[in-house]
Amino acid sequence: MKKEKVVGLEGSFAVSEAVRMANADVIAAYPITPQTHIVERLSEMVAEGELDAEFICVESEHSAMSACVGASAGGARVFTCTAGQGLELMHEVLYIPSSMRLPVVAVVANRALSAPLSVWCDHSDMMAVRDIGWIQMLAENNQQAFDLTLCAFRIAEDNEVLFPTMVHIDGFHLSHVIEDMRLPDAEEVAGFIPDYKHPFALDPDKPVSMGCYGPPFIYPETKRAQEVAFENVMPKILETWKVFGDRFGRYYAPVEKYRMEDAKIALLTMGSYSETAMLAIDELRAKGEDVGLIRLRLWRPFPFKEFREAVKGVEVLVVLDRCVSFGMGGPVCSEVKSALYDQQKKPHVVGFIGGLGGRDIPIEGFEYMIQSALEKVKAIERGEEVETEMIGIRE
Amino acid sequence: MIEICIYGRGGQGGVTLAELAAHAAILEGKHAQSMPSFGPERRGAPVLAFLRVDETERIKVRAEINEPDVLLVLDPGLLGVGDVVSRLKKDGMAIVNTIKSHEEMKTKIEANKMATVDAMGIARAVLGLPIVNTTMIGALVKATGIVKLASLEAPMEERFGKVAAKNIAAMRRAYKETVVS
Repeated sequence: MKKEKVVGLEGSFAVSEAVRMANADVIAAYPITPQTHIVERLSEMVAEGELDAEFICVESEHSAMSACVGASAGGARVFTCTAGQGLELMHEVLYIPSSMRLPVVAVVANRALSAPLSVWCDHSDMMAVRDIGWIQMLAENNQQAFDLTLCAFRIAEDNEVLFPTMVHIDGFHLSHVIEDMRLPDAEEVAGFIPDYKHPFALDPDKPVSMGCYGPPFIYPETKRAQEVAFENVMPKILETWKVFGDRFGRYYAPVEKYRMEDAKIALLTMGSYSETAMLAIDELRAKGEDVGLIRLRLWRPFPFKEFREAVKGVEVLVVLDRCVSFGMGGPVCSEVKSALYDQQKKPHVVGFIGGLGGRDIPIEGFEYMIQSALEKVKAIERGEEVETEMIGIRE
Repeated sequence: MIEICIYGRGGQGGVTLAELAAHAAILEGKHAQSMPSFGPERRGAPVLAFLRVDETERIKVRAEINEPDVLLVLDPGLLGVGDVVSRLKKDGMAIVNTIKSHEEMKTKIEANKMATVDAMGIARAVLGLPIVNTTMIGALVKATGIVKLASLEAPMEERFGKVAAKNIAAMRRAYKETVVS
């Protein structure tokens, strides 16, 4: 019998609860909107003795990640969180834990990037860190923010993984929303997160230098080793989500489908708008349209196999990006196209960019994208060039 | 599902009001979602907060509420500011903190149903402060019945600690004094 209770919890507090239950040893973070409530709550927990962790108050995100690297190299269970410009300031140091195989867990409350200054949500920050060797996954609601943060510790710290892991929760849309969710019993969670021991943690009795110098005769080999190791994390991610599902009743997958049975048209989304998109799918299904929804839960490593499987039989794939790759369209759309390039049979892919800097996308916005994509496919079939459309722009 | 917009000024506690009501609904086993109108709120500036409550189904929509079933106005000075009031559904309900008469307010807002209360008067008398959010929860409960009055006590105690009792008293008094028609 699962012991759990239904609670109303803000997304930020849900994340903090997960970190508390995972019993993190070291937290180094700098507050930035919209992630601030996570840091505040965690510092409160440490101050009140609810969480026996070292809370390192740092002067910047660059220092936050540097402190995380040191603590993780020392063998500690390490957590940090940030958003937008904070993630960008951290950027230089983000490569270190992924190259040194240090399983830091970070939650990013996704936020747009300046200029102009915006504290609101989009996916520009997470897209800017997609090539750095961190595992990246996205939550769609507060329940998932909690669940995936817990899973992130188990995945990252698995000795066959040992890669830093980022859980993305959309800023404000999850971080500042209170909704009902199920909070499992702390003991149940403790049973899910095994004790952690880094196989090569720093030890004062056996001093070593880590990551210090890689001349040309060895650097490419280190990158090859890193790439091979990163390609092999998928089985452990799947295994962790399976164990989590068996224990707590909620199953996660790298690519998740909604009403995709016999769908000829599929919409692809990531993050907190996915459930709003489901309502659009429901309305279109009620009108007899063969549409479904595909959500990318895992962004890195990109789930090629699961994605290709999910779009089998789909004739039109509509992709929503919440980020602009200037001169290139939407990054998710480009990625999806490259994942399909070698396939004999593949759908038309039509990309849209929307929800930038917190611009709302109502249910009708998703219906519009799907209807408009069908028109664009006709133009593609006539041999016309179709540009990525930014939705809802006042011109 | 019932969709409620709370229209107030930064510092009046509209976001807190939405959060307390969401907690109360969840304690009753309902599904609820409270959502601020995202951004760095400034004291005195018009601020919207959103609240959704559904008796049976989990709430999936995360878009802002454009056409609310209920519009709760914390500051009557905002009635002429922006287009928030005009977006209320034709068969919707307005709940207004006002010293004006109920009948006069009915001529000012086009709504199917109207609830009025002098929340500022009650807040000043009971709390000694011009903060009307907890008072207006009493009006919200009276007008909509989305939760039981008693269900708000635990969330208020958790949120306000020592001053919870005063806030609960203000809420109960507003519940009694709110006129609905």
